[in-house]
Amino acid sequence: MRKKIRVLIAKPGLDGHDRGAKVVAKALRDAGMEVIYTGIRQTTEQIVNTAIQEDVDCLGLSILSGAHVKLFPEIVELLKKRGGEKILIFAGGIVPSEDIPELESIGISKIFGPGTSTQEIIDFIKTQIGADRKRR
Amino acid sequence: MKQKIKKEKKNWEEKVLKKILEKRPERKKHFENYSKIKIERLYTPEDIEGLDYLKDLGFPGNFPFTRGVQPTMYRGRLWTMRQYAGMGDAEESNKRYKYLLKQGQTGLSVAFDLPTQIGYDSDHQLAIGEVGRVGVAIDSLQDMEVLFKGVPLDRVSTSMTINSPCAILLAMYIAVAEKQGINLSKLSGTTQNDSLKEYIARGTYIFPPLPSLRLTTDVNEYASKHLPKWNPISISGYHIREAGATAVQELAFTLANGLAYVEALKMRNLKPDDFAPRFSFFFAVHNNFFEEIAKFRAARRLWARLMKERFQVQNPKSMMLRFHAQTGGSTLTAQQPDNNIARVTLQALAAVLGGTQSLHTNSRDEALALPSEDSVQIALRTQQIIAYESGVSDTVDPLAGSYYLESLTDQMEKEALTYIKRIDDLGGMLAAIEKGFIQREIQNSAYIHQKKIEKKEEVVVGLNRFQSDPAFSAPQKNHEVRKGGVDSKIEERQKRRLLKLKEERDNKKVKKALNNIKKAIHPTPLQRGGVHNQKNLMPVILEAVGVYATVGEICDILRQEFGEYRESVSI
Repeated sequence: MRKKIRVLIAKPGLDGHDRGAKVVAKALRDAGMEVIYTGIRQTTEQIVNTAIQEDVDCLGLSILSGAHVKLFPEIVELLKKRGGEKILIFAGGIVPSEDIPELESIGISKIFGPGTSTQEIIDFIKTQIGADRKRR
Repeated sequence: MKQKIKKEKKNWEEKVLKKILEKRPERKKHFENYSKIKIERLYTPEDIEGLDYLKDLGFPGNFPFTRGVQPTMYRGRLWTMRQYAGMGDAEESNKRYKYLLKQGQTGLSVAFDLPTQIGYDSDHQLAIGEVGRVGVAIDSLQDMEVLFKGVPLDRVSTSMTINSPCAILLAMYIAVAEKQGINLSKLSGTTQNDSLKEYIARGTYIFPPLPSLRLTTDVNEYASKHLPKWNPISISGYHIREAGATAVQELAFTLANGLAYVEALKMRNLKPDDFAPRFSFFFAVHNNFFEEIAKFRAARRLWARLMKERFQVQNPKSMMLRFHAQTGGSTLTAQQPDNNIARVTLQALAAVLGGTQSLHTNSRDEALALPSEDSVQIALRTQQIIAYESGVSDTVDPLAGSYYLESLTDQMEKEALTYIKRIDDLGGMLAAIEKGFIQREIQNSAYIHQKKIEKKEEVVVGLNRFQSDPAFSAPQKNHEVRKGGVDSKIEERQKRRLLKLKEERDNKKVKKALNNIKKAIHPTPLQRGGVHNQKNLMPVILEAVGVYATVGEICDILRQEFGEYRESVSI
């Protein structure tokens, strides 16, 4: 079993608000994880390909335009098709609370809203991946 | 007198202060603002000893404009209360504009959706899920005709937040005006057209920086010759700040971008006095009250000095920094959202005391979703309360002469200038962006800021201190937020319209017009600093939009010829 947790931080959709994605990427790296950040404006296809190729443990999605409604389900579906269903998916950005139950039900494990501390995200990933690795 | 004050200060420090500090230490060892400028315990006449009233402050409406750009400021006319909004398709937005005009509003502000801003038509694969979401979808002149149907373009001023494909959208606006029979000299409004900042914040770039600078320059040049009442560019620090920059960085990078645009226009053999009077600026306004006021005053003084010293402009209007301000979206919290009303009030007040020409106040629930009608109304009322009830608009630059504010204004100016000189040394803004210098500076500031919040070195009320009982602070409570925001039928409707347009228009003419753009792009090879020998693309773009070529089609040609920008990401 490898030691370091591998994370892909990705920005689907067209919005250019990457402050949060970059801060989270940097914080996860400082917490000892291997982090890949895609840059902005990635297609769902590109994100899933990178996740599979890089064999990541978890995928963090950041979006602020409102296109999560359409794009998050697509990513989950594509990941399943390509054998990436074990990848832990979490998300952040501007996601109205009304949208959250639906997104969680399709397999987004957690949506972190504005004001979340990076420590909370780090703890969440470590706990989830740790539990998952014990099961394996 | 000076000596006496100095002596008395020393006296006070030894006899009064020392004892107090021993008994009761201050809350912090070190006080500083967001720009990392050290804040002293007390400011006295000593701190502004070097201040020369006539040279450094002067009179409002006069160089160096520290006290404001108009002689009477808000005694004459209040700032424009301009709220940025827009969503859905052209028809929906048109209804909204007509409603606003009926209510007495005279300025419109157009938000475009992301596919339009990035040069994709609504039927492009990358547009899926984004059509009409953060603004209105415009594919062709047809949509623009619908958007402004029944809106007399000679009697409204229109602000359009569009950057990379600005030339195309402005061309469409001009075409609509011509169809309404309106003389171009009567068109008034603003295009953002600030392509350089897209690479360092905001992210709606399309082409590499050099050809983008050319397109920006095309618009500026065209406007200087044909649109006397248009502000062709709004040089924007807002997004730079929101991306994490400090106030000093916002100030420095924005003015450095401004200098790059002046240089580019000069290469077209235009004199700065022919275009600089139409330049406008756009800044953010955050929580640190005095830091923000000082920033605006320093911005005016520094720009005036730079324009005078570097370009020897003669017309006072060429030195005048006129700006729009918006309260800081990133300062809003999703926790206890009503607290945001207080934040917005403080920020709006700082913008007014800083002498803004127009102001957008954010709504309390913007950290959650697009704002509700109620919240938008409170945001506007906040401005009206400041304007009509607080009395701050009754005298010009009321805080001038404050030892603290004047000293801070001076320091902000100096530090921004140091940054600008560093950018000069890197070879100017274009080179600094290409080297990733600016991006790294902003990223670091954003990270440091976040860490400080997490360590509680910076307090955010309701977030890291004074949190309510979780049961009461559940973010979205009591707020109606539209699910998913926008009707997904808009995308389908927009796609159908586009398909129909492509069947009905004269496609031969479109092909020819697109080919003309291609030919106009490369009369000579594009090279660094080569904007001067480039043809202005506005005429061929005007021709293309006139025969209903789409934003996507025109951008495809430009993408082919200019290439596409890919960000090199480093974290």
